[in-house]
Amino acid sequence: MLGLGIGVVLLAILGLLVLLVGWGILTYNALVALRNQLQNAWAQIDVQLKRRYDLIPNLVEVVKDYMQYEQEVLTKVTEARAAAVSAQGPAEQARAENALTGALRQLFAVVENYPELKANENVMRLQEELTGTENRIAFARQFYNDSVMRFNTRLQTFPTNVIAGLLGFTPQEFFETDDAEREPVKVDLR
Amino acid sequence: METRGLYGEIAANRRRSLLLVFSLSALLGAFGAALGTLYGHSGAGLVVAIAVAIALLLTTWYGGASMTLAASSARPAEPARDQVRLNVVQEMAIAAGMPVPEVYVIEDSAPNAFATGRDPDHAVVAVTTGLQEKLDRDELQGVIAHELAHVRNYDIRYTTLVAVTVGAIVLLADFALRRMWWSGPTRSRNRDASGPLILIAVLVAVLAPLSARLLQAAVSRKRETLADLGSAQMTRYPEALARALEKIEADPEVLEAANRATAPLYIVNPIKSFEKRAAGLLRSHPPTEERVRLLRGLVLPGGAQPGQESPDRVS
Repeated sequence: MLGLGIGVVLLAILGLLVLLVGWGILTYNALVALRNQLQNAWAQIDVQLKRRYDLIPNLVEVVKDYMQYEQEVLTKVTEARAAAVSAQGPAEQARAENALTGALRQLFAVVENYPELKANENVMRLQEELTGTENRIAFARQFYNDSVMRFNTRLQTFPTNVIAGLLGFTPQEFFETDDAEREPVKVDLR
Repeated sequence: METRGLYGEIAANRRRSLLLVFSLSALLGAFGAALGTLYGHSGAGLVVAIAVAIALLLTTWYGGASMTLAASSARPAEPARDQVRLNVVQEMAIAAGMPVPEVYVIEDSAPNAFATGRDPDHAVVAVTTGLQEKLDRDELQGVIAHELAHVRNYDIRYTTLVAVTVGAIVLLADFALRRMWWSGPTRSRNRDASGPLILIAVLVAVLAPLSARLLQAAVSRKRETLADLGSAQMTRYPEALARALEKIEADPEVLEAANRATAPLYIVNPIKSFEKRAAGLLRSHPPTEERVRLLRGLVLPGGAQPGQESPDRVS
């Protein structure tokens, strides 16, 4: 009788262990999938920022012949771009990106004063490309933040929070934008 | 919208859709058997119905998207002519964290759009040229996001499958009616079938097309609402979609390329006279005013309130 009782208890403990390990594996895999999505979202932001750097020289090239009296604005855009490309660390990067967005906004405001430029097919195409790229940057950041929220929520809610630390997962930081950047950039030429 | 809730809704939607495809297949089988009974071969009718269903499903799975696009006379988008359309689709794909679908363009001044394909990796979004002419960029984003939500929710797969199954039932019904018209159920071959059985068969034959349409419409309306919410989640700017829906609804132009079969796919039913006349149960879309009211009532986490300017978007 006693022997049978111990057997049952052992089996129960073994069953519980198998369940626990299985849960651990599933949790680990789910967290890895979420973290990969988050890292991929971060990489997407970089891809779009780089796209913007690549578009700006083209825009400056097309616009500069028309804008002999506005060299100052063009220089500012070129310098802001160079500063953003070479920025080190997230804080400096964010500052440089903000400066670049501001400079572009100024340039587009100036373009408004040149009817020939506004009608120029190349300028229109570049404007649309830059508009699209600005949107993509904004949406990529939004998706990154959504991914961070999903990852952190999973990490911090019971029962995952019990083992998340043991498995080496830490909460990720949100991407914060300052208010200047949240204002829409006006690049509509219609 | 709460994220967990959204993913739960997607899973529930997939289960509902699977159930729908099963019930429609069963309906098709029963219909085939009923027709067979009328002509004295209940077994043969069932076999033919199943064979038709399998052939249709396979064709739809691999060729449904291209057939739908061909039926709507859509052409692939080109970077030179369709710059804005391609850009907006890519922007919304990034917002949804999805692969970028193929983009097709329908040369028609009536504003409308639909999505098709079998899963997010094989998806197509089609827009009319009128959509871009009549909507601003924010509104265009809202509409495209609605279509991408259909893709993400796996609506495209089931809408196409269901459209084909319902089509098959209606086709068979047409065929049977025509045969009855010309020759009538042949009495000689009917000798072995008893009276009540024939009565049931007639009843099923008459009711099957109608119940298929009812089922299709019910699931479709639920999906449209879900896709509207998905769009709001992607753009964080439901007001733009609300405005777009109003504009599309108010537009007097008729989309030439749409027909009864493809109508449920579009963001707003293109066959307006049908939608106006149809009783509530047969509508494939909820009334536009209802959708607009839902969108305007949304309060999104993270700031953006309906009616405000879009927060960090370039328009």
